[in-house]
Amino acid sequence: MVSRVVSSWGNVIRAPHVVYGLHSRHDSFPILPNAGTVLPFGNGRSYGDSCLNVGGALLQTRSLDRFIHFDRDTGVLACEAGVLLADILRLAVPEGWFLPVVPGTCYITVGGGIANDVHGKNHHRAGTFGCHVRQFELLRSDGTRLKCSPTENPEWFAATVGGLGLTGVVTWVEVQLRPVSGPRLDVESIRFANLDEFFSRCDELERDFEYTVAWIDCLGRGKRLGRGILQCANHAPQQAASGPAVGRKLSVPFAPPVSLINAVSLRAFNTLHYYRQPRRRRQSCEYFQKFFFPLDRILHWNRLYGPAGFYQYQCVVPASGAREATAELLDTIARSGSGSFLAVLKRFGSVASPGMLSFPREGVTLALDFPNKGAAVERLFQSLDRIVSVAGGALYPAKDGRMPGELFRSGYPRWQEFSHYIDPACSSSFWRRVTEHA
Amino acid sequence: MLAERGDALYLVARNQARLAAIAADLSVRGSPRVGSEVLDANDFAAHEPMLARAESFLAGYDTVLIAHGTLSDQKACENSVELTLREINTNGLSVIALLTRIANRLAQRRAGTIAVISSVAGDRGRGSNYVYGSAKALVTAFLSGLRQRLGKCGVNVVTIKPGFVDTPMTAAFDKGLLWAQPERIARGIVRALDRQSGTVYLPGFWRPIMLVIRAIPESLFLRLSL
Repeated sequence: MVSRVVSSWGNVIRAPHVVYGLHSRHDSFPILPNAGTVLPFGNGRSYGDSCLNVGGALLQTRSLDRFIHFDRDTGVLACEAGVLLADILRLAVPEGWFLPVVPGTCYITVGGGIANDVHGKNHHRAGTFGCHVRQFELLRSDGTRLKCSPTENPEWFAATVGGLGLTGVVTWVEVQLRPVSGPRLDVESIRFANLDEFFSRCDELERDFEYTVAWIDCLGRGKRLGRGILQCANHAPQQAASGPAVGRKLSVPFAPPVSLINAVSLRAFNTLHYYRQPRRRRQSCEYFQKFFFPLDRILHWNRLYGPAGFYQYQCVVPASGAREATAELLDTIARSGSGSFLAVLKRFGSVASPGMLSFPREGVTLALDFPNKGAAVERLFQSLDRIVSVAGGALYPAKDGRMPGELFRSGYPRWQEFSHYIDPACSSSFWRRVTEHA
Repeated sequence: MLAERGDALYLVARNQARLAAIAADLSVRGSPRVGSEVLDANDFAAHEPMLARAESFLAGYDTVLIAHGTLSDQKACENSVELTLREINTNGLSVIALLTRIANRLAQRRAGTIAVISSVAGDRGRGSNYVYGSAKALVTAFLSGLRQRLGKCGVNVVTIKPGFVDTPMTAAFDKGLLWAQPERIARGIVRALDRQSGTVYLPGFWRPIMLVIRAIPESLFLRLSL
């Protein structure tokens, strides 16, 4: 039992926590003194306070890093919950298997992938991470071990998927991988001039491509509103099987004293990036790391935002009214002059998410980073919150550090049902914040 | 790492459940044959049969890594002869008992590598942990002699001296800048095996640190509380 200062990925919230560790899936839940609470903690890639428990304790799961079995014929893989998606890919890709859903970074734990029911660029085809989890074991603070699957303890399964670690700690997980013939993808980049063009292209591209995502120039206004580049990909067929490319990693060794991402650098970058893509469609064949995890090449890229850190704002607006709501969101952001290189727009499909608190639902999701500039950023967020709320949408807890309680409760109508499954010894800063005045 | 290279492995440890989990993990990661057996290192009579089983499972082993130990509770040891001797048995004598047999086997074959995890704590006895430190010093000195003896018949002996490592054994300690993760130590061990090194400090920065610690004159050392 030691105390350590822990911060989340956004580097905005950092606080001392007592830290416990689990070293094997056979270990018992730690005994907490004085009715304290604990929160399972994976690799800390959540941006806000959903992975923190300020004033309480964290249960580190990174030592739960053993594989249990891998059937190379059927693609069924079981491992402890602290295994990183990167480790799974390193093992599975040379054998012709891939994770069916990967988010924007492969440096998350399998437990974290379940706790946030993460989604990827292929949501319109494959749904969320939780859709491909066959079963897992949930360890509760009273020592009970529950085997959970869509058919065994299904309500515990639905509570824990997307359950932000609050139902207990997941010790091991079994997933179904999907076959691939190698590590490469056939990628097409397509420029589009505005939001209308984005929407008109979506149907066709989602039919032809398994992975689709758009980078958006968040500073574009008027008829340039929502201009950007669509990146679409399919796993390349019939490749000679080979391991993933091991590239040299860059690293940001320390946070610069001010954020390197500001109004000037942003406008310059966005313009360059948009025009780098020629008008015609561009095709290439890429290693999967470059397409799925471009930022992972730069370790600690979050430090580029300086010591004040940054917020990520990711929302989803339902399908009906998505076009208008997205346009309004982008216009509001453009007028503020604030924003980031990483403005991402994606359409979610109709595959149902298995968790009670899952974020993805049919509609459109927009994600941006904002340097933490204090009150000005919060005012922008409040305007964006209003648009999301009116549209009947929601914000993504994995990225959030400040959403108001009512927006959480309206965006996740099953939150009260979920609260019955919370382990009495588990709590998080996020949960306390969004249910405070309920 | 060794599993990923396709090495066949025979694992020996105290805890049945953990051993099974590790064996399964290494098998998934790519080791073509993983055998395992439960052994308490202090059970000297069980050493020979265990080594024979390892020999037969692997059709002759060529690399041995000895990594067992306990972190002695210095204060408790100071008040108990029995506990002190038990700790020295676990961390020192049991290693030596194994090494004696293994050395002879490999010497016969005139090939192979023996690697043992000692510790920087063995470089100089310090007031805060000299029961552990002296056991490790015993091991280090034994290995030094063994290296000289076996060097003449083509067997390499590697002394691994880690500093502070973040493992279940050290879970109760506050971790500062000097603490390393097991993965980093593991990479260092594999590198040492590949390079057929003699003594390695892991991470490397401990070598100059221990050079200084060893060089401090005794009169000054007495005034420090290390």
